[in-house]
Amino acid sequence: MLIYLLPPALVIAAALLTQPQPEPPAITDTIILLPDEDGSVGSLVVSSDAGEQALDTAYATAEADESGALATGSTSAAEVEAEFGSLLAATPAAPRSFTVTFESGSADTLTRSSLAEVAEIRKYLTTVPAAEITVIGHTDRVGSLENNDALSRQRAESVKRMIQSAGIDAASIAATGRGEREPRVDTADGVAEPRNRRVEIRVR
Amino acid sequence: MRLAACIIALTLTQAVLAGEHAGTIKTSQGAAHIVREGARLPADPGQTVMVSDSIQTGHDGTVGITLMDDTRLTAGPDSTLELNRFVFDTTTHGGSLDAKVTRGSLAVISGKLAKSSPDNVSFSTSAVTLGVRGTRFIIKTGH
Repeated sequence: MLIYLLPPALVIAAALLTQPQPEPPAITDTIILLPDEDGSVGSLVVSSDAGEQALDTAYATAEADESGALATGSTSAAEVEAEFGSLLAATPAAPRSFTVTFESGSADTLTRSSLAEVAEIRKYLTTVPAAEITVIGHTDRVGSLENNDALSRQRAESVKRMIQSAGIDAASIAATGRGEREPRVDTADGVAEPRNRRVEIRVR
Repeated sequence: MRLAACIIALTLTQAVLAGEHAGTIKTSQGAAHIVREGARLPADPGQTVMVSDSIQTGHDGTVGITLMDDTRLTAGPDSTLELNRFVFDTTTHGGSLDAKVTRGSLAVISGKLAKSSPDNVSFSTSAVTLGVRGTRFIIKTGH
C-alpha cells in the first residue's frame, strides 16, 4: 500500500524543492574599512535611505542592496588582496617631508650629516612620479628679522637648486622662506640654535 | 523670490569652485581619462585635477590622485569618479571635499581635511554616503 503512495509523495517533494525561491535583493555597493598604513584603524559611517551603519574595525564591511538596506560583515586581508590588490598597488606614495640643516649664517653650506641626507632625498625623489615639492627655509634668531628672511629664502633656493641639479622630473618645485618665525626649538632673540637653521622639503 | 536668489547664489558658488586646482595625477595605467567641461583629457601622471572633473577608467585602467590636502584617491578599472567639491585652506587646513563614485571602485586614504574638518568630508555612490573619520577604505559600486 505504502509503495503506491511513495511516487506521488516524491513528485510533491521535488515540486516543493524546485519551486522558485524569491531572489535575495542584489548587492549594489560594498564598503570595506582598511587598517591605515601605520596599522591603526579609523572609522566610517555609511548611510543610505534605509539607515546607517558604523564601521570601526579592520576589514569590517557594509553592503547595500538594491532596496537600500545596509548589512554589515567582515572580510580579510587575503580577500581584499585577491580582489583589490592591483587597485591598492596603484595608490600614490604617501606624502613625506625631510629636514636638512645649515652651518651658522650660511645660505649654501649644509651640515655634514645633511650632505648625506641630500643624497638620500635625491634618490627618493627619483622614485616619486609627478612629485610636487615645497622647499621652506628657516633660520635661527641670530641677526635681524630682515636678514633672516633673506637668508631663509636663499637657503630654500639653494636646496631647490640641489634638487634640480639631480635631474628630478618634478611636477612642480616651489621655494619659500619663513625667516625666524617658525623655529623648531623656541629661543630668545640673538641665540644661535643649530636645529633652527634648516630647510624643510615637503614631497607630495 | 528669496528661494530663486538662493538658487542663483548656489549656482554661482558652484561655478566659481569649478576649475579650481584640487590635485595631481600620480599614477595611471591602461585606459584612463579626465572629462572636463565636455572635453576628454589624458589622465597622465603630472596632469592637474580640477574641481568638477570626472575621472573615468576603462576595463584595464587605474588612476591614482593625490589631492592638495594629501587625500589619496585610486580609481580602479571601469570606474567613474566625480570630484564635485574641493576646498582646502593650506594655512588653517579648513575646507570641504565631496567625491562621488558612480561606477566601479575607489580606494581612499583620507588626508588633512578629514582630520581638521571631518564633517565637511563626504564620499558617496548613487546608493550610500560615507562620513569619514581619518581613515583608509575601499568603495565598490554597481556590481
